[in-house]
Amino acid sequence: MAFAPAFSSASAGAAALALERVTCAFAGKATGERYTAVSDASIVVQPGEFVSVVGPTGCGKSTLLNVAAGLLAPSSGRTLVSGAPLAGINARAGYMFQSDALMPWRNALDNVVAGLEFRGVARAQAVDRAREWLVRVGLAGFEDRYPHQLSGGMRKRVALAQMLILDPEILLMDEPFSALDIQTRQLMENELLDLWAANRKSVLFITHDLEEAIALSDRVVVLSAGPATHPIGEFPIDLPRPRDVAEIRLSPRFVELHEAIWHVLKSEVLKGYAQGKR
Amino acid sequence: MRKASADARPGRAQLAIWHIVILGIVFAIWYGITTPGLVSETYANKIAFFFGRPLQVVKVVIDWFTSGKIYPHLAITLWETLLAFAIGSLLGLAVGLWLALTPTASAIAEPYITAMNAMPRVILAPIFAVWFGLGVLSKVALGVTLVFFIVFFNVYQGVKEVSPVVLANARMLGASRRQLLRSIYLPSATSWVFSSLHTSVGMAFVGAVVGEYLGSAKGVGYLILQAEGVFDINTVIAGIVVLTIFALILDFIVTKIEGRLLVWRPRAAETEAL
Repeated sequence: MAFAPAFSSASAGAAALALERVTCAFAGKATGERYTAVSDASIVVQPGEFVSVVGPTGCGKSTLLNVAAGLLAPSSGRTLVSGAPLAGINARAGYMFQSDALMPWRNALDNVVAGLEFRGVARAQAVDRAREWLVRVGLAGFEDRYPHQLSGGMRKRVALAQMLILDPEILLMDEPFSALDIQTRQLMENELLDLWAANRKSVLFITHDLEEAIALSDRVVVLSAGPATHPIGEFPIDLPRPRDVAEIRLSPRFVELHEAIWHVLKSEVLKGYAQGKR
Repeated sequence: MRKASADARPGRAQLAIWHIVILGIVFAIWYGITTPGLVSETYANKIAFFFGRPLQVVKVVIDWFTSGKIYPHLAITLWETLLAFAIGSLLGLAVGLWLALTPTASAIAEPYITAMNAMPRVILAPIFAVWFGLGVLSKVALGVTLVFFIVFFNVYQGVKEVSPVVLANARMLGASRRQLLRSIYLPSATSWVFSSLHTSVGMAFVGAVVGEYLGSAKGVGYLILQAEGVFDINTVIAGIVVLTIFALILDFIVTKIEGRLLVWRPRAAETEAL
């Protein structure tokens, strides 16, 4: 069982994405009290590496991801993208949100086109590429459907195409499949792995589902319960690739890893639960 | 697209029959109490003085349309409505977007907006008559003040209620501030404008007619004003009937346009025909 120390502070300048000692404190609206969501958290994603972050619900996982995306400026600490400090929106990253982020007034095709449109790509060319991507995520023939006419799984595919068409170096994913039923979810996870294997991106994947984290990742980072969340464990996942997320769950090594990580995660989940009850 | 048939409600034909029957009953009562026979002649005439006679009203309406006398008046009223609606909507959209996106400006403007909205704006009509004369402009101005606030508040709301996730997503996709305005705020705001289309078109119509009624030389409101001056109640009611019919037609057109423009909005119980 591999248990690495909380973080191996920023290894060289080569990391695709590095959060360095990030702390995020929010001023409470009513009381004026400061709430520290994330405290002194460091996470490194190497180029082409798939890293999952697991933690109890409400521990500030999304906050970390928003910092990595440049949507949120940390109170202290910094984000390095390929060694360069991040200022403003992280242009090298694609972000897949937990809830629906598609523009409801645009059909599937125009949603996928959006990113290219913002970059000033000619309409005809952008549409051609968007069509290709819709085919790649299995949505050929659904180009002119509006988000409300698509199922939850289909909307996630559109969101995936919308993100990947820009060919970002880093994928930030915030529990992207948590709203899906288990079958659709496993399908989507396999598709994500296929797309990722075809063109290795660096992935920072947030989830509260440990099985999902192990099945997808090269490395799993465990966060403590909030407030003042920080990484408390790091586990390399040495399962062979390519993987099938449904089958790999049955392998003995998977069970071993699951047990080891759960051992660390469990007490944090219980802490989080106790806080929730208070 | 097919909607699940609502069996609990009476059928279309049945509803239409009900609508006609009720209208018939109203007319029958109206006719009965204003015609000597059921009530004595003195009473019938007295009631007719206040309520008019249905057959006379119909005659006036038919006469208006066959002689063509009504058309220039109707055209003026509809033109005023259209102008008031267009100008009011554009102003409301522009100001709504601007204030919703600049918190400082909206904080400064807030008490004034509230005050102007609370003010009974119909009372501005005499002022507008002084400023813009008795022609089309003063009616349009009145209609604009009525339409503006409806559109303004809807746009303001629309911008405030843009989903933060959709916004963050667009920013991650590389949208500049201007592109956010065009691709996120504007569509979101216009959808709110469209959903208030019925009210704002109705208000534009109210502005036009009330403006005409308070002082004008043309328009359906002017016809009503003239008839009222000589106690010609039949013509007054005929004017009201014509206005009602055109209000309904406007409303029908708005419903059609709305359906076109808001295709992306989910409708209840919508299933796909296989």
